[in-house]
Amino acid sequence: MIEIKNVNKVFYQGDKEIHALSEINLKIEQGSIFGVIGSSGAGKSTLIRCVNLLERPTNGQVVVDGVDLTRLSEQELTQTRRKIGMIFQHFNLLSSRTVFNNVALPLELAGVDKQKIKQKVESLLKLVGLEDKRDVYPANLSGGQKQRVAIARALASDPKVLLCDEATSALDPATTISILELLRKINKELNLTILLITHEMAVVKGICEDVAIIGDGKLVENGKVGDIFAHPKTDLAREFIRSTLDLSIPADYKERLQATRVENSYPLIRLEFTGASVDAPVISHVAREFNIDISILSSNMDYVGGVKFGLMLAEFIGSEACADKAIQYLKEQKIELEVLGYVA
Amino acid sequence: MSLNTVVTWWAENTRLIELLVDSLWQTIVMVFTSGFIGFAVGIPLGVLLHLSKKNGLLENTVLNKSLGVVVNIGRSIPFIILLVALIPITRFIVGSSIGTPAAIVPLTIGAIPFIARLVEGALLEVPSGLVEAAQAMGAKPIQIINKVLLPEALPGIINAATITLVTLVGYSAMAGTVGGGGLGDVGIRYGYQRFDATVMIITIVILVLLVQLIQSVGDYLVKRVDHR
Repeated sequence: MIEIKNVNKVFYQGDKEIHALSEINLKIEQGSIFGVIGSSGAGKSTLIRCVNLLERPTNGQVVVDGVDLTRLSEQELTQTRRKIGMIFQHFNLLSSRTVFNNVALPLELAGVDKQKIKQKVESLLKLVGLEDKRDVYPANLSGGQKQRVAIARALASDPKVLLCDEATSALDPATTISILELLRKINKELNLTILLITHEMAVVKGICEDVAIIGDGKLVENGKVGDIFAHPKTDLAREFIRSTLDLSIPADYKERLQATRVENSYPLIRLEFTGASVDAPVISHVAREFNIDISILSSNMDYVGGVKFGLMLAEFIGSEACADKAIQYLKEQKIELEVLGYVA
Repeated sequence: MSLNTVVTWWAENTRLIELLVDSLWQTIVMVFTSGFIGFAVGIPLGVLLHLSKKNGLLENTVLNKSLGVVVNIGRSIPFIILLVALIPITRFIVGSSIGTPAAIVPLTIGAIPFIARLVEGALLEVPSGLVEAAQAMGAKPIQIINKVLLPEALPGIINAATITLVTLVGYSAMAGTVGGGGLGDVGIRYGYQRFDATVMIITIVILVLLVQLIQSVGDYLVKRVDHR
């Protein structure tokens, strides 16, 4: 279990104070997979680095498995860190060591004897599916393989907690999925608590049970993944979810967009579906009922925790009166709607 | 030049050849002894410079600044001046201020700050993420140095050794000033002062071959240990 209590982190840039983290409180249950999501510069990296005290909080407590890390001496901290595994965006494997020796490093540091190291490393390489890469140097591995080695290395000293600092951000989508599957597998098999930070919503959706959204050094919201995405309570959370969905208007449309409706132009509309929206096949319904044609330009819909949500850009083609009625109807269905302009 | 003329020349110039062989040996002794001792002291000094830096593993501004100043002073004194300025110290260490051993002292002292800076630079190339990963694994500072920093910087350190040895070959030419001998000294005394172009050319050729050899061995070793 990880408990983060009233953690603040202040950096000084000359005389300027920068509050990287302010009053963070989080509780992460043993055996759960917890995601922290935020845009870059939000303080999420600082937060995860505070959990193993790579970054020492300015004040507040970090309790891992019942031990308050902030009170430990340097030596005690070194010992305790062996029970907290960590993986990184850029893998941080030693280029001078083979896969085997990279995984063996934490055991060497702890003074484990050679025979035991061999056994342990071989079983870990099997767990991550890299037995055949035993004597290869990291330079000859793909990104996904490197992260697997890093995971094996992080697990070498049988940690109770695994910290993942943007662990999939340097990987392509397919590799990301395979790494997430591996993380889920070790979470189940080893009852490992996983805290991961990311800016990718797909990662949180793919693997986390709980999520916290962090913005500008503050914890904005936290709870079950489905709840947060479907019913964001704060503007910042909503802003963030919207930004990850990112539906921007194509450049050529933007040029043709006019503020007022003229002959033969149609409204370009952004529809936002949230957990509050009525769960019904509204698009085809509106088209039929109000005699308009709906041309979907782009759409990013998602289904998490039993709720559909997402954004859609569409042109409503039909008479002005019909379009207005359709808009009115959709608003009644609790769909957030914005007319961006008119396209000729 | 036929084989015959070479053989004749060889037979007629045995004393010169003996001189060249002796002085090549003196050069090798000077370069490698001072290089070896220089590294024995320069590597720890470079590590210390690196670690004591701001945001370093063992941040210590006072230590870093004072070491930096000492190293810079060492590096700014022209070697020929260092050679004569160190005479009292040389006499204290090797008991004499002339001869090959006497030349090794200033060569070593000149090499140490040079090596320290090169090693510092090689350590700087090690991504800070690796140190961080090691810290997260629960590595003690000494383990970070021995198992992460030095092995990861090894290609750079070997490169530094190559550069240092080549530089020392150059410096050793000035050793003649204190009667240190060596090929450079032969070049100056026989080639320059006695206008013997043959000797000058021979010493230059030998020095070029020596430098080539050092560079090739260095490059080969770097290639072997570099898995980046």
